[in-house]
Formats: sequence, C-alpha cells, structure tokens
Amino acid sequence: MSKQMTGAEMIVEALKDQGVDTIFGYPGGAVLPIYDALFQQDSVQHVLVRHEQGAAHAAEGYARSTGKVGVLLVTSGPGATNAITGLTDALLDSIPLVCLTGQVPTHLIGSDAFQECDTVGITRHCTKHNYLVRSIEDLPRILHEAFYVARSGRPGPVVVDLPKDVQFALGMYQGPLNIQHKTYQPKLKGDADRIREAVAMMAKAKRPVIYSGGGVVNSGPEASKLLRELVALTGFPITSTLMGLGAYPASGENWLGMLGMHGTYEANHTMHDCDLMIAIGSRFDDRITGRLDAFSPGSKKIHIDIDPSSINKTVKVDLGIVGDCAHVLEDMINVWRTEGHKVDDEALAGWWKQIDHWRARKSLAYRASKTTIKPQYAVQRLYELTKDRDTYITTEVGQHQMWAAQHYHFEEPNRWMTSGGLGTMGYGLPAAIGTQMAHPKSLVIDIAGEASILMNMQEMSTAVQYGLPVKIFILNNEYMGMVRQWQELLHGGRYSQSYSNALPDFVKLAEAYGGHGVRCSDPADLDRAILEMINYPGPVIFDCIVDKQENCFPMIPSGKAHNEMILAELSDDAGVAIGSIIDEKGKMLV
Amino acid sequence: MNAIAALSPYSSALGKPNIERHTLSVLVDNEPGVLARVVGLFSGRGYNIESLTVAEVAHGEHLSRITIVTTGTPEVIEQISHQLERIVPIHKVTDLSMQARVIERELAMIKVHGTGEHRSEALRLSEAFRAKVIDATIESFIFELTGSPGKIDDFVELMRPIGLVEVSRTGVAAITRGAKGM
Ligand SMILES: Cc1ncc(C[n+]2csc(CCOP(=O)(O)OP(=O)(O)O)c2C)c(N)n1
Ligand SMILES: [Mg+2]
Repeated sequence: MSKQMTGAEMIVEALKDQGVDTIFGYPGGAVLPIYDALFQQDSVQHVLVRHEQGAAHAAEGYARSTGKVGVLLVTSGPGATNAITGLTDALLDSIPLVCLTGQVPTHLIGSDAFQECDTVGITRHCTKHNYLVRSIEDLPRILHEAFYVARSGRPGPVVVDLPKDVQFALGMYQGPLNIQHKTYQPKLKGDADRIREAVAMMAKAKRPVIYSGGGVVNSGPEASKLLRELVALTGFPITSTLMGLGAYPASGENWLGMLGMHGTYEANHTMHDCDLMIAIGSRFDDRITGRLDAFSPGSKKIHIDIDPSSINKTVKVDLGIVGDCAHVLEDMINVWRTEGHKVDDEALAGWWKQIDHWRARKSLAYRASKTTIKPQYAVQRLYELTKDRDTYITTEVGQHQMWAAQHYHFEEPNRWMTSGGLGTMGYGLPAAIGTQMAHPKSLVIDIAGEASILMNMQEMSTAVQYGLPVKIFILNNEYMGMVRQWQELLHGGRYSQSYSNALPDFVKLAEAYGGHGVRCSDPADLDRAILEMINYPGPVIFDCIVDKQENCFPMIPSGKAHNEMILAELSDDAGVAIGSIIDEKGKMLV
Repeated sequence: MNAIAALSPYSSALGKPNIERHTLSVLVDNEPGVLARVVGLFSGRGYNIESLTVAEVAHGEHLSRITIVTTGTPEVIEQISHQLERIVPIHKVTDLSMQARVIERELAMIKVHGTGEHRSEALRLSEAFRAKVIDATIESFIFELTGSPGKIDDFVELMRPIGLVEVSRTGVAAITRGAKGM
C-alpha cells in the first residue's frame, strides 16, 4: 500500500500497521502535528501520563506483559530527556520499545533552538538503535525498521527523532515491507553440532543445574513451554534470575527458587557445586554470580543466548550457543529424544538428596510476629489472596522488590514486571498502568516501598483518569530499607539520609487523587484489608505499615561467593553484628 | 577501582593479563552518527583505541571502512568484536590480526626545521626511509612517508634531534593479502 499523506499521518498509519493499539505519551510543541493526527482517528489509544518517565515505564509494563512492542510519544528537549531513565531501563532489561520524540525543525537543528536537545546523541548510549529522520522520504522505512529492530534479536528500546517540519511534510507512505534489513539479521537457530554437544554433556552430567533468565520470557511463551518440557524430560533442577521468574512455574517440583544476591540457599549452593550449568537466556550479571573467581568453580558451562556478546562476557563458558531460546530448546529436546539420551539416574538422585539438604535450611524463613506486620508475611498473604486470580505483579526497587521475588510465586511468564538491570525506583506504578491498559480485566498490583512510590506518584492521576484499578501495595518501613540494610553492612549502621522523613498520609493522598486508601498495621487485620483493596473497583493505595528493622535475607554479601551466603538466623541482632561480614574489597562493589 | 578489576575473571583468574594489539576492520553503512556509535562504544565500555581511520570505500552503496587498532586481552578483543556487531548499521567486523597475512600502512607528514649540517642529515635519512619531500623552504622540509606504524615511529625519532616541528599521521589502514576480501 502506498498513499500520500503528511509525516504525522504516516506515524499514526505506521502504528496501526504495526498492530499498536495503545501508546503512552505527553504532548508539546514539537509533536503537536502527531497529536493532531491522533485526535482524528480512534484505532490507536493514547494514554496521557503525568511525566515522560512514566510513559516509558508504562510502555515497558505494556511490552513485558504482552510480548508486544511498547510505544511512547514525547516532545523534544525536556520530553525526551525525561524519558531517558525509562529507555535505559528497557535497554538493560531487553524490553522492546519504540520511543517517538519530537525535534525542532531540521533547519533549526544545531542552533540551540527552544526545547532543542541532541536527542540521538543523548540516547545513543541508552538505546539499541536510534534515528533522526531528516526527510519525509525516509520516514516510513525508518518507522517500520524501528519496530523491527526493537523486537528482533535481543529486544531493546529504539528512538525515532522526528523534526517538526518532517511531521508536516507530504510524502508517500509505504506499509511494512517484507524486506530483509540491510545489516541487522539476528541468528535464531542455534548451531546443530553445538546443540548435539550440549545434549551429550547433559546426558553425562552428574550434578546439573539449569539457570534461566529473562531471555526465556522475552523469547515468548513457546520458550517457557519448551523449558518446562526440557526440565520434565531430564529431571534437572532449575533456578532463574529475577527477570526470568515465571518461565518455569514456582510450584514445579524441580524449582529451586530465584538465585543470586537474594536468592535461595539451595539455588546458590546448587550453582556453586554443580558439574554442569546450562544458562538459558541469562547473562551472568554481577547480582547473580557474586564473586567471579569463585563462581561455580567446578562446572562446565553451556550458555544459550541470542546476543553473541553475552557469551564469555564476564564468565568464560565451555560451550556457547548463539540463538533464540525457543529455537535452541526445541532442537535440544528433539536431539535428546531422537538420540535416545538418558540421564544418569543414580547420580541425579544423589544430587537431589544434596539439594534437599540445602532446601531444609529454609532460607526464606523469617521470625513471625503477632504484633507487627513482617514485610515477608505481607507478601505471603498478598500471594495467598491473589494467586487464584488473573494477577500481574510489578514492583519498585528495594527490599520490598526482593521480598516480592522471594515470596510471591509465579506460575506463568509475563506476569512479573520489575526493574532488574537498572534497578529504577519509580518503575512499578507506571509499569502497572501499562500492564493494566493491556489487561483491563486483570488484577494488577505494584508491590512498592514508601520511598520508591513517591518517585512517580503523579501517575496515580493517570490511573484515575483512565479508570485503571491498579493496586499500590506499599510495604511502608519508613526507610529506604535497602539503603539502610547496606549502611548496616558497610557503614557501621550510620543511617545517612535513608530515613523516609515527612511522608505523606498515603490514605489521604489516595483520596486526594480520587482513588481509595487503605491502611493496615495489624497482622490480624491484614487479610481483610487486602481483600478490601482487591475488591475496590478503582485504584487503591494500600499503606501497609511493616516492621521497620527487617532486613532482606538470605544474602550473598558483595565480594563473596555463592557458598558464603548469610542467612537470617546469623544476623538476628541486625546492625552491628552484620557490619563485619563484607571485607574491604567487597565494600568497593555495589 | 582496583578491587573491582581484581575480581574480573579476565585479570585475576588468568593470572597476568595478556595484552595483545589487534587491528579490526569494520564495514559500516555510511549514515550520520555511525562513527559516533563506534567511538562511543569504545569510550563507554572502557576499551582502548590506538588508532582509528575511516573513509567511504563504496560510494554507490554508502559503505565506509573503519580500521581500528586496539589493545586488550584476547577475551576483551573478542568482546569488542561482538559489541561492534551489535551496532545496527555495522555490516561486518573482521579481526585482521586473526588472519594469517595482513598488510598495515600509515601515511605521515613530518615537518623538520634545520639549516646546514642538520638539513643535509635530514635529507639523507629521508632517502634511506624513502620519504618524499613535499615542501621545502630554506630552513625546513616536509616529508611524506608511508609505511608500517613502526617505520614511521622510527623516522620520527630520528628527526627529533635534528629539528622535528610536528607530525600529522593518518592512522592505520589495513587489508589482508591474497585474492579474498573481508
Ligand atoms: C532512581 C533510584 N535512585 C536511587 C536508588 C538507590 N536505592 C536502591 S533501593 C533504595 C531504597 C528504596 O526504598 P523503598 O522504596 O522504601 O524500599 P525498601 O527498600 O524500603 O523496601 C534506594 C534509594 C535507586 N535504586 N533508584
Ligand atoms: Mg521503605
């Protein structure tokens, strides 16, 4: 299809052709023609956020919960710079986004015009790719290419910078053509010989573990299905990163829980002592590996990843397979079946016995209380009361995020939206809004901290405007708890600037926005209060007053190995007692 | 920073870091910003650039060839290649140092000041290096010299005591021997 129209109209047309039904944005001078084109149609719904960072995270939530590309539209200058955090977040967590930014007209570029900034320059480092559209002839191709680049291979954010004169110009629109991209053609199929070698290594393994990551979720539902099949076929234990939760069900027999800095004792010890590690769509992030030179020292490592640069980046592996998780998993399963491989049952039984021993440490246990709400208890009750519903969980960043990962259990992929790589406070509420837009009938809950939520609190107004019944479940410990915990570990318990002073009354705040507020501080009343939140038909802020001192365990202190975790028992009288665990080298790390 | 570096597997686990010098040839779509992407990658990830040259090599197809000389451990060099491959408008990255036979050349223009003895000494040395005189005044020469970076270094060092004024070098261009392309 080829039709004459303005640049602004082309943009809307391209969104339709790319199957976009919802975009998140904020208007301004440099995007007014696009807003005018949006005004005159109704196939693409525009959600007006209250800050462009919110638009980016909302688009991330939308993308992460649907598997589609998330789209945001912001104006030039401050609109673009406000979106930077969200773009960086999407880059680190490999979330497909297309960010349309307005730009001053081409003849003014470089003149420090009003609301001009070098958007492609600024975003070069926080996008997978970006474009400045210099002429109307290039516009349709670039728009479709942007979607292709965002979603293909390892997904990521793409910026299209749109000078205002290009938005007004007339040109011929072209639909998405099925042409191959000139340079960018990621490899989906894994190398057959390497896959055969991987399967042979798996059949010989005596102490195997599967370590899966966000790549499995990004690859799509088929990858999760195949991952489950592979686990069922082999009986191997499986752990996953923060980003990969839900790809394998938490109720599955072979599930070890999350691994890494706040992962379970069994997951980390299994990783440390295994003789074969199969990393699938995970990237050996420092939150996962702990001390690198003591990371799983005795194992052979297989790494499956769509991004060749992920392989051997921080950890040297024995066998790298470049390809899409779903393709490689499918081939692995086929080879396993057709070659009639069997696992070493006896060795595996012994391995599981060892793992059960680690499991028996119950590393997620905490001291229950009848008088104060323990944050872990709050997440557990939230889980119990919502698990049979169609629920999506987002989080902010901090202790509450880790408790959510530990105590909320995911059965399906795309149900868990959290800022992993960048650790962006303020992610959860806008992400919940994006998720709720994509799943209007579902229950969407942002598990939040009282400090984080204030970073994008303004998006409550968006939720109210669009009647989005998102639930903000604040684990209010009156501290930047994670900062306080590190100050206990590293800085002698000197709580420099980590107390959440002058907090608003969250119940009144909810009401001021036009939502509903609930407060609970009594463990005995918690279930009732949670049900009140769930049953309220609009947005709710739940101020859950929890233990102020609680720390997040288990924990691999920075600079330590997987088998040097600290458990909750050890740190009973928190504060000074745990202050000596991290050595000087570890203190340098983050 | 030291503590962090010491925890990297590529410095501590492998003992003494084994730093190598590699020449990478990068074929790119000659679109605005592509050089900034390449240079930004090196600065952003802390890789070294010893020399970088770029020019369009196929006008019709808008293809440019960037030649980068970099240093690092073999693991870092491998990372650099893969990271470069991630840049969308990059067609191909070849580590020429992994090829058996590669020719590296650089062009330099060297301005030397001197009279009398110094002048004739400079001229004599330039002949030995097959440098061309491309400009001359009563008290100065400009030499043009093509060769390996090492040869240019040597010549520049010899000119220093004679009266070296300044040097302009192109950086390394490189290509493999034989009939096959990259
Ligand atoms: C934008 C941003 N700024 C600073 C930080 C550093 N940081 C990490 S956790 C945290 C405290 C979070 O406090 P809160 O939201 O109350 O969560 P809690 O840890 O108490 O559960 C801070 C400041 C961050 N992750 N993101
Ligand atoms: Mg807090």
